[in-house]
Amino acid sequence: MSARPIATTRSAAGMPTGRLAVWWVIASEIVIFGGLLGSYVMFRLGHDAFADQAAHTNTWIGAFNTFVLLTSSLFAVLGHKAADAGDGRRAARMLYLTAAGGMIFLTAKAFEWTTEIQHGFTISAHTFWSFYYTAAGLHALHVVAGIVIMLIVAAQARKNLELQRVELIGLYWHFVDVVWIFLFPLLYIAK
Amino acid sequence: MAESIPVAPSPARAHDHEHPAEPGFIRKYLLSTDHKVIGLQYMFTGMAMALLGGFLAYVFRMQLAFPGIDVPLFGVVSPNEYNSLITNHGAIMIFWVAMPVLIAAFGNYLIPLMIGADDMAFPRLNRLSYQLFLVSALVLLASFFVEGGAFGGAWTMYPPLSASSEFNQTPLGTTLFICAVALEFVAFLMGGINFVTTTMNSRAPGMRMYDIPMVVWMIVLASILFMASVGPLVAGAVMLLFDHTLGTAFFDPQRGGDPILWQHLFWFFGHPEVYVVLLPAVGIVAEIITVFARKKLFAYKTVLYTAFGTGVLSFTVWAHHQFIAGIDPRMANVFTITTLLISVPIAEMMFVYIATLYGGSIQLATPMLWALAFIAEFLIGGVTGIFLGASGSDIYLHDTYFVLAHFHYTFFPIAIIGSFAAISYWYPKMFGRMLNETLGKIHFWGTVIPFNTIFIPLFVLGAAGEHRRIWDFAQFPELASEPLRNLDKVATVSLVIMLAFQAVFLFNFFWSLRRGQKAGKNPWHANTLEWTTESPPPHGNWKQMPTVYRGPYEYSVPGRDADFWPQNEPA
Repeated sequence: MSARPIATTRSAAGMPTGRLAVWWVIASEIVIFGGLLGSYVMFRLGHDAFADQAAHTNTWIGAFNTFVLLTSSLFAVLGHKAADAGDGRRAARMLYLTAAGGMIFLTAKAFEWTTEIQHGFTISAHTFWSFYYTAAGLHALHVVAGIVIMLIVAAQARKNLELQRVELIGLYWHFVDVVWIFLFPLLYIAK
Repeated sequence: MAESIPVAPSPARAHDHEHPAEPGFIRKYLLSTDHKVIGLQYMFTGMAMALLGGFLAYVFRMQLAFPGIDVPLFGVVSPNEYNSLITNHGAIMIFWVAMPVLIAAFGNYLIPLMIGADDMAFPRLNRLSYQLFLVSALVLLASFFVEGGAFGGAWTMYPPLSASSEFNQTPLGTTLFICAVALEFVAFLMGGINFVTTTMNSRAPGMRMYDIPMVVWMIVLASILFMASVGPLVAGAVMLLFDHTLGTAFFDPQRGGDPILWQHLFWFFGHPEVYVVLLPAVGIVAEIITVFARKKLFAYKTVLYTAFGTGVLSFTVWAHHQFIAGIDPRMANVFTITTLLISVPIAEMMFVYIATLYGGSIQLATPMLWALAFIAEFLIGGVTGIFLGASGSDIYLHDTYFVLAHFHYTFFPIAIIGSFAAISYWYPKMFGRMLNETLGKIHFWGTVIPFNTIFIPLFVLGAAGEHRRIWDFAQFPELASEPLRNLDKVATVSLVIMLAFQAVFLFNFFWSLRRGQKAGKNPWHANTLEWTTESPPPHGNWKQMPTVYRGPYEYSVPGRDADFWPQNEPA
């Protein structure tokens, strides 16, 4: 695939093909998380016992992770700005910082989950915990995927190649961020 | 990076010169990123799965008509095997036949050719989508050979039956089944994103929104519909998988879960899914009837807006599958109204097609026969749906063979008649040769007549109270009466006849590959862009990329010598 097909380079709708596709990816992801969180909310409204279980989540780690993810999104934006200015090396540096934010997030999550599992709050302990691990786990999977893609994009951006991809991975990363902004109040704050 | 280059034809890039050496078999067929090869891969995989799905139907129909018989090519059918057979017949025919053939095969093959592009916008994503689809099919096939056998809890996978191997007795089969379905969804999400993006961005210069051929519109709308509806079921599949393997209790009422939640997640996808496969078939029929009636499509924009309306409405009807599942009767009223409403746009499409045919110079070639059969048979499917959409009559008919017959009167025209229409119409473009007309007509009548004699008896059986998913009716004296059993035998014999006639199709298909009459560029004198290039199209589709000057259905335009007017011909 050295040469791109003409189809990839056209833009009849007035938006670059890559950006258009990422928006469609995000649209399809919204319904996946929407279905899961919608089910959770329906359960939550019908079962008071969920609140007792939710009391055992660690709001401080959740808040710390929210802070980390939002900060990493800032670096993603700075990377986009650098890429727009044609500075691939700076864009790559910003993407590495974003990826580092994702890794801190995952580390905090690992610590948090280990503690909870040691206290007996496993995935099958209660339906609340089933939702907790499934939703946060699905989200964490997206964080992992985002980090991997980001490192690939950064490696290219360093050589000033495919700079438009910096924006695309940024879009995706913001989406992952927004999902967490829904998860944090639903799983941690509402007690 | 050339992404922002404005719409401009680039005739300089003739692909033939870029790839002088002929690639080897593996590169050409297994690792190809050419949309045509991927489309054909989907088509052949779908056809192979259709043969398997038909074989499963044959085995369980034999058991129903002649309980306890030693079925030729299979053996005696045990109750568990019977459940596996019906479950996998349904899942295969919907997820591994209707979707890959109607959406993926024709979407891949036709979209770039019909919008005047050299390939999909993301060729490698396209290849990945097919490979994932192939893996999903292999995972499903593997489930037949594991301990306990294949999953037998119906294609709807209702918990608690599907959530615990204590109930379904297929510990591995269930897990593999859920994984296969989830993988298939991911493959189609990737394919759908590609279809939508390609159609939005990669159209030939001059092709405006209303110049896009109807079948492309319909495949794109179907992809969007799929994308918007499948999400909750992907989440649901993960939850079900965890229930089955990790011991969570999302759907287990004994431990605080809710089995009805699964039904909502499933049917929120399951009902739009009907329209996901219906729309491409409707688009295929639009292409065929305009060509073979030599008339402009009656009310192009109406069809399009109707399809939009159908898509929106299809998200509001799902609970009509759950009228007896204990949902609130007031909700049942709401869903009855929305369900009856959705028959309006579909009826409108049928009327538009009949109006297109009116006064046309109709040629009854094989593709046209299939297209007309689609309209006639789907009409029966639609009308019988009214009985099931109304909650009052549905409570009586629910889970009887009436439902099953209604369902097959919608899906058979969509998936089988629609696919045969498309294959017989685009075969000359795909392989450069014509199918044999006589064999095509024999196959047509040999498929459509037995189809009706399979399912009309099932309407009667259903109305008489015969319940679905029963292995042997001899155990139920009130259903085992002689006249009812005889109707079951009629259906089974018809099925065997119909399956036998598929040999005619297969023979015609493979014989014509080498022996068929040469097709030339445009054997049907059609307008759309795919007929302006060689048959089969070369890599890159055109030596010089086309420009579009008019809509796709300008047939029999007054004042012109030819009764067709290709989209790329300057005025």
